[in-house]
Amino acid sequence: MLSRTADNLYWMGRYMERAETMARLINVGARMNLMPDTVDGYRSEWVPILQATETYSAFEKKYGEAVERNVVSHLFFDKDNPSSVASCIGAARENARIVRTAISSSVWDALNGAFQDLKDLERTPRSEISISQLTEWTARQNALFEGGVQTSLLRNDGYDFVNLGFHLERADNTARILDVKYYVLLPDAGYVGSGLDNYQWQTLLRAMQMHRAFHWAYGGEITPTKVVDLLILNAACPRSLLTAMQGATNHLDRLARHYGTTSEAQSEARSLFADLSEMRITDVFDHGVHEFLTRFKSQVASIGAAVNRVYLTGVPA
Amino acid sequence: MAATYFNEMYDGGLIRPPYARLEDWQKNMPDELRNLKQAEAESLFRRIGITFAVYGEGGDPDRLIPFDMFPRVFTSLEWQRLSRGVKQRARALNAFLCDVYDRGEIVRAGRIPARLVYENEAFEKSVVGFRPPKSVYSHIVGIDLVRTGPDDFFVLEDNCRTPSGVSYMLENREIMMRMFPALFRENRIAPVESYPELLRQTLASVAPEKCRDEPTIVILTPGHYNSAYYEHSFLADLMGVELVEGQDLYVDGDYCWMRTTEGPRRVDVIYRRLDDSFLDPLCFRPDSMLGVPGLMNVYRSGGVAIASAPGAGVADDKAIYTFVPEMIRFYLGEEPILNNVPTWQCAKKDECKYVLENLKDLVVKEVHGSGGYGMLIGPRSTKSEQELFAAKIRENPSNYIAQPTLALSTCPTFVDEGIAPRHVDLRPYCLVGGDQCELVPGGLTRVALTEGSLVVNSSQGGGVKDTWVLAD
Repeated sequence: MLSRTADNLYWMGRYMERAETMARLINVGARMNLMPDTVDGYRSEWVPILQATETYSAFEKKYGEAVERNVVSHLFFDKDNPSSVASCIGAARENARIVRTAISSSVWDALNGAFQDLKDLERTPRSEISISQLTEWTARQNALFEGGVQTSLLRNDGYDFVNLGFHLERADNTARILDVKYYVLLPDAGYVGSGLDNYQWQTLLRAMQMHRAFHWAYGGEITPTKVVDLLILNAACPRSLLTAMQGATNHLDRLARHYGTTSEAQSEARSLFADLSEMRITDVFDHGVHEFLTRFKSQVASIGAAVNRVYLTGVPA
Repeated sequence: MAATYFNEMYDGGLIRPPYARLEDWQKNMPDELRNLKQAEAESLFRRIGITFAVYGEGGDPDRLIPFDMFPRVFTSLEWQRLSRGVKQRARALNAFLCDVYDRGEIVRAGRIPARLVYENEAFEKSVVGFRPPKSVYSHIVGIDLVRTGPDDFFVLEDNCRTPSGVSYMLENREIMMRMFPALFRENRIAPVESYPELLRQTLASVAPEKCRDEPTIVILTPGHYNSAYYEHSFLADLMGVELVEGQDLYVDGDYCWMRTTEGPRRVDVIYRRLDDSFLDPLCFRPDSMLGVPGLMNVYRSGGVAIASAPGAGVADDKAIYTFVPEMIRFYLGEEPILNNVPTWQCAKKDECKYVLENLKDLVVKEVHGSGGYGMLIGPRSTKSEQELFAAKIRENPSNYIAQPTLALSTCPTFVDEGIAPRHVDLRPYCLVGGDQCELVPGGLTRVALTEGSLVVNSSQGGGVKDTWVLAD
């Protein structure tokens, strides 16, 4: 397969997953803002959301104050923000268009359909669109896309590159969403365990559409330990770091088998997956959740760089 | 005025035989159904992603070429003659190309002026003395034809470089079969779907001699911003070959390689969909980012085949066009089956004088123009447009040719008011390989959707139709 084709497939997967994450982050922010403010003076819950996306300074420069309307513009509609939902869907569709022949028509239809719908959304007055509509719409587009990938793509190396893309992106993104909690609680550790604290954990679960699953898997009171365990170490949770890394490792293994040669990306992913498999939740807390997540994100980035080096540049090894 | 045009379906009050079954079909189609089908066709086209970008016009880059559902029909007898004529022309054009980059016998024999060939902008000095694999320069020859009567066909122009539009021929058929299966059961219509496989065989047949195993074929595209990108990817898909951009290829040693997820892979045949001047920045335009540095050296040392071969453009130049019948006589010893449109060369003094005096009746074209740009249609132009063109011709006469305004045939076409005759042309695609010369029974019919218009170019509001050849 052409390296450029693999590159487009890989980023198509990454962008669609990223679009969904952005929409979920908007949802988290909106819900957190529904909670009465317990801190003295004004404080916006949108700032942590922007921090988690690493676009806060760009946002401030363009919009100034972090009020809902601006944040939604920035994270959903703004084409100047390369990670906005609109930018991601546009980029995923562009990637797909370039490799139109390497994907099935249902995958193309999903992306092209999303792109056309988006134009309608952009024309609709903002007062007529609710945040939950935006989130649900985006999640649905990604579901259509992923469904197309799983049910209609030929399971060759191209299939592995798409899947590798969204597993790596999902690993990174779950870590980011989880990290929002860290930024929100920054002002004062005294809130840990308070009603506000619990509400925020619940919000996180809801935004990931994991609140029902949580009750099935753990039951009882929502505690930080359980939520963190679910989203990091639980192999049954489709969005957990462990599950995402298992997926990425699987597809790197398949590629290595397909091409008959091992790669550094594969060994890095395997070792990260092995670390997670053997870890207990107390290890994460001992290490510090934010510190753990920061390190994890950089490990995922390093695997991404290795994938690029090994497969996507096409230079002789 | 309208009565003087040949209508391919209605001959006076009679219906010409190939269209016999279409009369009932259109009569029994209520307006609502027709609108429904038209909308269905449009959404199919959009879904598949066949869109067309017009250079320099801005607007919607995802514009559709209008598709007209009323098919254009040929009998198998009509087609046999057309097909022989097209193949004959394609063989002569290739013989001409081999000759002018070799000894130039046709020039020595005084049948074509040396100046027209060797001073031609499209004459490629870098391939003089080089013979491409199997002596084929133009592997895909698109011949633009118009019809003026039951047996009168004229060649409007030859396209020896990279004629586009074949994806429409295939998709128009696909969509018609999907929407009107009954029509295909009632009429015996020769299939066109073997084209991609034929194209693949043609390209494989011209692999360089150095290539000993199954050749690796690629299509080289300028990229997804190109207006014909859909076609490039469509053909790559149907042939099962890689669609590459310049950045995917590089030259190392005596070969050209492509970058793959498994490392470099040798490329043997390149079907390029970009112009000569962009192919290799070391040989042609140094600022081109679209090509492959060093490609021409590999090509000239027999490491890779390029289709169409660099330099093929000199055969489809509008000034050379006049001499194609002469080529057929000279190389093949045959009489041309298809006629040329009588053409006046403004480069010749007396002919130029005639053109200037008769501007209002003539069609004037730039020698290197294409896409219906930079032309004057005499009968449809205003006085001031004619004066403007006259000035241009006087300034640079050799840049222009003129032809009589042809009475293009019409074919029934769905329009807002129902069904009306609209002017059509035809572009069949002839494939020339190492040992074969093939033509699938069909082609691209373009239709001028505006009433009375004679310009069928899609960049100027033309549409397309499915083209049927009835089986015996």
